[in-house]
Amino acid sequence: MTTDPPTTATRLDLPSYQRPAGVHPPLDTPAYRSTLLRAPKRRPALLPQGLTEVTGPLLGAERVTAADADLTGGHGAAPLGERIILTGRVLDSDGRPVPDTLLEIWQANAAGRYNHRVDDHDAPLDPNFDGAGRCLTDSQGRYRFVTIKPGAYPWRNHLNAWRPAHIHFSVFGRAFTQRLVTQMYFPGDPLFAQDPIFNSVPDPRARQAMICRFDLSVTEPDWALGFQWDIVLRGRGATVFEHPEDHR
Amino acid sequence: MTAPPAKLASLQQTPSQTVGPYLALGLSWPDGPFVVPEGSAGAITIAGRVLDGAGDPVPDALVETWQAAPDGTFAHPDDPRGAGPAWSHGFRGFGRSATDPAGRYRIVTVKPGPVPLPDGRMQAPHLDVSVFARGLLERVVTRIYFPDEQAANDGDPVLGTIDADRRGTLIASPEPGAGTGVLRFDIRLQGSRETVFFDV
Repeated sequence: MTTDPPTTATRLDLPSYQRPAGVHPPLDTPAYRSTLLRAPKRRPALLPQGLTEVTGPLLGAERVTAADADLTGGHGAAPLGERIILTGRVLDSDGRPVPDTLLEIWQANAAGRYNHRVDDHDAPLDPNFDGAGRCLTDSQGRYRFVTIKPGAYPWRNHLNAWRPAHIHFSVFGRAFTQRLVTQMYFPGDPLFAQDPIFNSVPDPRARQAMICRFDLSVTEPDWALGFQWDIVLRGRGATVFEHPEDHR
Repeated sequence: MTAPPAKLASLQQTPSQTVGPYLALGLSWPDGPFVVPEGSAGAITIAGRVLDGAGDPVPDALVETWQAAPDGTFAHPDDPRGAGPAWSHGFRGFGRSATDPAGRYRIVTVKPGPVPLPDGRMQAPHLDVSVFARGLLERVVTRIYFPDEQAANDGDPVLGTIDADRRGTLIASPEPGAGTGVLRFDIRLQGSRETVFFDV
């Protein structure tokens, strides 16, 4: 591959990102009833990956303090529930770490109740738990949160519907194309089989990628259980041109 | 830039899941709507509603925008042209607004400059938009174009791929009676006027 000198280039050498197939759940998933009036009906149009798409907000350092990664702090006492350490890396699918990227998480308390005005589940709020945290990945793409294990909770999707315990994760990555919001689940949850959101992901291997694993080496004696979970974003294509006819 | 590993491992990507109804708990920023600092000269407000297939407001959505500076540059290592001066004067490029109970969002920004595609063709000023909501298992992506850029819009290589009768869903409109600094852009997830969404 040759690179044109910048003075003569009218073309821009930009990275391109893989368009994932079979990874994400179809928007049209009728078993999850809220999709019925919200999932767009028409096929999406192909958007070429230009500068707006291969760049993205590289922000967060000014928005985050070390205390934000500890969801058990900041109040008069510790929250109720099982204290856990949750750590892992943000990578792209080529295995490259994604450093300095903003992670935002939110979750229910140990009783399965969110600190949100819309949540009317008959379970107690915890005055010592807000349920939101954030951090930046380090230079190796690593993150680490301290929190409590969230409880399962009922919802009205179908008769006797319960969400498996989960933590919501939002990740920016380094490009608009890599933006991801997902949910992390806990190993062995008996509620997986009846949950249409977890099962909206068609590929069983992809579903497993949403489940963290218990890790004794992360666990701290006499203090907290440790769990590992890596988040894998879209990787870059090699030298891929958007249009087959677009040769130099 | 770091070189890829010698043997390209293809790791299993993490699937998307819905933000659920309580997204505001984790994703609300007090300064979220401000792509430029509050009170900036020349700022425009882009406001609208997110609507479902019944035409009802979506009160649990999040709208995020990403755009070039007024000179068309990005403060990002993958923009080979480098960042223009706006980026050192409080321009963030990124906006975020959770919808209110009436489904309304708003972003306060400035109009971006035109942005070239890799092949050199020029795109009209635009914002890339991500919409997240309860009921959306993955974000949907759209674009906002500007009503006072008709010539640039007519020549835009992305708008040109969209059926003429749907192109209008991507162009903001002046808000009647609201002055020159306010544009309206409604996002319709379904229905006869469903917004054009993109596979990015």
